[in-house]
Amino acid sequence: MTVVPSVRSGLSPSRVVLDNGAVVLAKETTTTPAVSISLAVRAGSAHDPRDAEGTTWLLSRVIDRGTEGRSADQIAEELDSRGITLSISVTRHLVSIACTCLAEDFDPVFTLLGDILMRPSLPDAELATRKGEVITAIRQDEDNPAVQAHETLMSRLYRDGHPYGRRAKGTPAIVERLSRSDLLRQHALRFGPAELIAVVVGDVAAAHAQEAAARVFRPWRRTESVPLVLPPVRPAVTRDRIVIPMMNKAQADIAYGFTAVTRHDPDYYAFWLMNNAFGQYAIGGRLGDNIREKQGMAYYVSSSLDANVAEGPLAIRAGVSPANVDRAIAAIDEEINRLVRDGLTQKELDESKQFLIGSMPRALETNLGIASFLQNEEFFGLGLDYDLELPGKLDSVTLDAANAAARRALDVDRATVVVAGPYTER
Amino acid sequence: VRTSRQASYSEAHLQFYNDPMREAPATPRETRLANGLTVIVQEVHTAPLASVWCWYKVGSKDERPGMTGVSHWVEHMNFKGTTNIPRDQVRGIIERFGGSWNGYTWIDQTTYFETATRDALDRMLFIEAERMANCLYHPDDCESERTVIISELQGGENDPDQLLDQELTATAFKAHTYRHPTIGWLSDLRTMSRDDLYGYYRRYYVPNNATLVIVGDVNADDAVKHAEEQFGRIQPGADVTRIRTLEPEQTGERRVVLRREGTAAYWKAAFHAPAAAEKGFMPLIVLDAVLTGAKGLNLWSSFRVPPPQRRARLYRALVERGLASSVSGSILPTEQPFLYTVSATATDGISLAAVEAALIEQLDQVARTGITADELTRAKAQLRARLVFENDSVTNIAHQLGYFATIAAPDVFRNAPERIAAVSLDEVAAVAKDVLRPSNRTIGWFDPVEIAAIAPVADGRGAGSGPQ
Repeated sequence: MTVVPSVRSGLSPSRVVLDNGAVVLAKETTTTPAVSISLAVRAGSAHDPRDAEGTTWLLSRVIDRGTEGRSADQIAEELDSRGITLSISVTRHLVSIACTCLAEDFDPVFTLLGDILMRPSLPDAELATRKGEVITAIRQDEDNPAVQAHETLMSRLYRDGHPYGRRAKGTPAIVERLSRSDLLRQHALRFGPAELIAVVVGDVAAAHAQEAAARVFRPWRRTESVPLVLPPVRPAVTRDRIVIPMMNKAQADIAYGFTAVTRHDPDYYAFWLMNNAFGQYAIGGRLGDNIREKQGMAYYVSSSLDANVAEGPLAIRAGVSPANVDRAIAAIDEEINRLVRDGLTQKELDESKQFLIGSMPRALETNLGIASFLQNEEFFGLGLDYDLELPGKLDSVTLDAANAAARRALDVDRATVVVAGPYTER
Repeated sequence: VRTSRQASYSEAHLQFYNDPMREAPATPRETRLANGLTVIVQEVHTAPLASVWCWYKVGSKDERPGMTGVSHWVEHMNFKGTTNIPRDQVRGIIERFGGSWNGYTWIDQTTYFETATRDALDRMLFIEAERMANCLYHPDDCESERTVIISELQGGENDPDQLLDQELTATAFKAHTYRHPTIGWLSDLRTMSRDDLYGYYRRYYVPNNATLVIVGDVNADDAVKHAEEQFGRIQPGADVTRIRTLEPEQTGERRVVLRREGTAAYWKAAFHAPAAAEKGFMPLIVLDAVLTGAKGLNLWSSFRVPPPQRRARLYRALVERGLASSVSGSILPTEQPFLYTVSATATDGISLAAVEAALIEQLDQVARTGITADELTRAKAQLRARLVFENDSVTNIAHQLGYFATIAAPDVFRNAPERIAAVSLDEVAAVAKDVLRPSNRTIGWFDPVEIAAIAPVADGRGAGSGPQ
């Protein structure tokens, strides 16, 4: 089938690499008089010291609470007086500092964000307060069946200390132990201009954004950072089933998954389409159709594919009544067997293609949506015209390729299945 | 013809759109069809998209005992095929245009939307017209959805914060139907029948109880014409009768304490608060910005982005002092007086009594002495920015137009920037004194007791290989 690409003529962002290696992407839009800024550093939780998972997470909670030249109060005033919330997020590979501000505030806000990223002072008093918050969040996670199911799934899929299997927030004991110097060391090790991807999208001329980025980041001295070496991912060879009884809960959460593919796998687009048809299209693809629509067993059921630097997971998640746990797992098994045995239909594949290609104008409507797209494009080295190329890449996936992806990813005899909730093994 | 109302709307926005080269946003066009359907169209040409929302003035406050949760269950049933959209063709009906769709039910309203490329406009209008007039309510679908909704309810109960919120609301209201949760009480979900659902659907899903909103890369005249083609043939229904009970004034503090297994302690206080169109509402929005940071006015988007709150009074008194790991405030636009809620999660190891003492001290103080001029300036700057941020997509713009038309009047939203800019120190002081009275509050605790330990089990063979 042929899908005509969207009417957009392409994002065509401006891209500049500073002498110190910092990459700056800028795209002007005039939808609202606002600007979204995203500063991402290749310093995510996969870089945590081996014996100190949670280091990066704690650093991310305190990094914006004082710099060499600004107190926490000054930063608070600069943000709050302009109505700005900083979103600081930690993924396996990236720490991102992001916000949306009014266009009129762009220059001072960009300067502030750069200062936070490059020169955090991590005051001890702030560190103590943030530790209390992180430990409370870990305690909340311990009582959350969805989090327990997913974290356990990841720890079983990625064993032997693989960074993808570790908990980003760490444990209360580790958090208690971490000191200011531990965090400063982690910052010095991982935060440098060569690791930075700065993205500016909004009502500011691209040239102006580039000037601001050069002014703020050019003085940042390049440091040598040790490249991240990820241990090989070993796919499971047997089925694994773990039950975490949480008898104070009303509903059980199921996390069921496999290690899948890297983002650079030549079959990535086939996996993406296969997963869309299997567990996302409309409400949860085939899984949603069976488990929610036909059997009425779950309010939510879907699968997600997180193709990453290493082979990320394909994870199926569902929330079901404890009485339906076994039926729901059997239904997931049945859908996997059916998909592996019979494959998708051409119609299903075409529908998923149409949806994914057709949803691009929506994905690229807002400043935040564009910024996220550009971050991803740069991180994985997809090229500046990736928004124009993506429709063709999806469209060229054949039914055979999608079905081969299903056979490669899914096998009930190698599934890792975790149940957390008011449920025990008989 | 430009009415004064339209002019003021444009001016209020011109302060944000001061670039003379930029096109000012179009004024929404409002029409009423012969069958009573209100149609609001706004042209926004920044992306090749259109968003269609159909709003119904029916929510959980319209539910009588025995029928709690019916509005939400009806919403679920209205995604299950119509006379002209067979059940097996619902799936993919908007996805093939790259579109997204959804719906939600809350205390005053039920709404459905599609956002897709503009060439799907007719398809979106067709879906909404079908939803209004021709849903099927097959008995088997009603039964299978019963368990889906019970699963949704149980999923909510897994969250102690949500559980406490539900108990708090049910305690704060003793008469008004805002007291029961939108999801409904479990016994009603177990016993309601297909005919209960269908009767409710027929009573409230009539054009004279609905507002259709179209925003995006469309021509307004054209869009109204297409709306007329799709909806014009639907007959109006009888005027909807409403439950008349109002909440009597609260005369003393109320309290609810949950002692259940858990790992974190939660504190909440709910105060009866003005409705969206009442005089005190915007001053209360400002007061909340001072206490916990500004959120804006968009239930659909803005509340998902945490507010700027580092200088906010309660954040400084609780989070910065290590007593709470988070604190938040919530005042949502509603048709009738609802609640202003303050919530805090106690830091691990801190007692709820200590959290309560610090919070009550702050709330009493602001009730006594109001806020400062600096605080007023900062709150207004925050709200001005948030109102810009929450207008970032055709979906969000359409949501706001329909939301306020349904729970108040379009004016309340159009005039919000001006009204907020005009809020005075005295107005904030007055609303603080009135709303934050001790006799107007209900306090809730989720006080966790230790969880009985059961070891994780792997492969049915024994313990020890679980999450640790």
